[in-house]
Amino acid sequence: MIPAVIVFIYLAVVLYIGIFAFRKGTNSGEDFFLASRSLGPAVFLLSLFGTNMTAFAILGSSGLAYRVGIGVFGLMASSSAIIIPLSIFFIGTRLWWLGKRFGHMTQVQYLRDRWECGGIGTFIFAITAAMLVPYIIIGVMGGGQTLAAISKGLVSYEVGGLIVAVVVMSYVFFGGMRGTAWVNAFQTILFLSFGAVAFFLIAQQLGGFDRIMQDLLHAPKPPKGPPPAQLLSRERIPPAEFLSYMFIPLSSIMFPHIAIMCMTAEKIGHFKKTVILYPLCIAAIWLPSIFLGVIAASQFPGLTPGESDSVIIRLLTAFTGPVVSGILGAGIMACVMASDSQILALSTMFTEDVFTYYGGTKRFGDKAQAWAGRTFVVIIALTAYVIALMLKNNASIFELAIRFAFSGFSALAPVMLAALFWKRSTKWGALAASVWTTGCVFATWYLLNMSTGIAPKPGQPPVPIFPGLGDMFLRTFNNVTVYGYLPVMPMVIGSAFWMVLVSLVTPTPSQKTLDRYFPPKGEQLSEASASAS
Amino acid sequence: MKWLLTTVVIVVLLLHQDFWLWTNKTLVFGFLPIGLAYHALYSLVAAFTMWLLVRFAWPKEIEAADEALNAQGRSTAGERS
Repeated sequence: MIPAVIVFIYLAVVLYIGIFAFRKGTNSGEDFFLASRSLGPAVFLLSLFGTNMTAFAILGSSGLAYRVGIGVFGLMASSSAIIIPLSIFFIGTRLWWLGKRFGHMTQVQYLRDRWECGGIGTFIFAITAAMLVPYIIIGVMGGGQTLAAISKGLVSYEVGGLIVAVVVMSYVFFGGMRGTAWVNAFQTILFLSFGAVAFFLIAQQLGGFDRIMQDLLHAPKPPKGPPPAQLLSRERIPPAEFLSYMFIPLSSIMFPHIAIMCMTAEKIGHFKKTVILYPLCIAAIWLPSIFLGVIAASQFPGLTPGESDSVIIRLLTAFTGPVVSGILGAGIMACVMASDSQILALSTMFTEDVFTYYGGTKRFGDKAQAWAGRTFVVIIALTAYVIALMLKNNASIFELAIRFAFSGFSALAPVMLAALFWKRSTKWGALAASVWTTGCVFATWYLLNMSTGIAPKPGQPPVPIFPGLGDMFLRTFNNVTVYGYLPVMPMVIGSAFWMVLVSLVTPTPSQKTLDRYFPPKGEQLSEASASAS
Repeated sequence: MKWLLTTVVIVVLLLHQDFWLWTNKTLVFGFLPIGLAYHALYSLVAAFTMWLLVRFAWPKEIEAADEALNAQGRSTAGERS
């Protein structure tokens, strides 16, 4: 009961933050969608990091570590610790500047202007929006499940999902980007502080970690399954898969909610601390999660893959008091509720890339822009809730869609890089890369579905999907690989290839547009002054 | 400097693939698996790499242009008032 009460207090606090942000804001579109590009360095870092944190960082990562061991940290955390700050450094800062200078609020607005492309921009809008939707639905589903679990069934899945959807919708509706950023910053502080406290409390209760690790190291091989000592190394992760995972964090900056968040900083200088501290924040969250996942393997052996996702909750329940457990439960809710920035991003995209682009703001004025955004927030949140209810038992579909979305967004990174740094790039190159990405996502989905019948069990070697093609397409327990590499790798390389090849044989945008985005050296300053006046 | 920093970034990216520790189960300080300790240290190296980029490869031209834009905005606002 106590954990459930703490979670409800937490929900009330985030709701208050959203309403408080509403009082601080103006009613313009730029204020609602980007907090008037005014976030300070601390809120910018914490909210950007919090936006990127999903339930997977805590629950999924520890569950995966329970099954495959400490290698999960290198697989997902330390790869993100270098790739995400690099992409924020090179792409985020440029998006921020171009957004401020030319008034862009979304990636599509920038791409449309940069390549003089309306229709292709709409196509990119459609695929990015489609890849974002599953996250929002999973967020509502996760909220319902977590609230039901924390309250021990007192709150049903349906009511829990509704509470989460209404709370998120309310603070995004009122607070817009300012409210969302403050809530995300608050959530990140909650995580960083109480996560560390829980880690030490569990360590204390267990009498330190030395003995448990030594036991795991020397545990005898069970009659069925691999030796537990493998969890202390990377033996359960194929090297090709480990390398492929380096491409996944490229998706981060292509997620609309992250790219839009990059445009909220007050000054470019705010990016400095963000990119330096980002790797440390990742380590602070993921290191205890992975470590505890491995520890749980010795405490609760024999859990199935679905059950192992709750090992952190099991450890908390077993080794901490109800208050700490409740606060951590609130932290887990915070992760699950990461859908706030995604709802806002989708609303921003609908308003800017569709409503404004097709003349809505011009016809109805700037205030209508903010209200259109709020209307979209309500529509998106309620639609997500209805889908979460209708497909209650089909969460795996959306989880799968999210996995594909990571690869899809990663494969769009070359498009953004080309737009920002390659003058010769063209809209046709962008279209070719986007079509390639979409095609690959569908092809992977098809291969995964059609090979379900031959999928090997966990720990068994991969099986060729088309024996005549040898190792080209292999089916693993829960994935499809291309010569052993995850599809994301050929997707990113292929996207870059099509971007370059098609750009080289198609005409560039007009000289006026090129001069706008690539002013001759030394003229950036005068260009900026001119655009200000 | 540009080439030196590019080399540093490439080396850091390559260091992520620590294949030499693949099966090593040594426990650092008696409790921390060496593979995990390596990647925790790697996160610190990543932070240091970013510090190097911020220090020596910061897009100063954007910073200067932004200041010019802000100054222009302030003077325009001043004229209006």
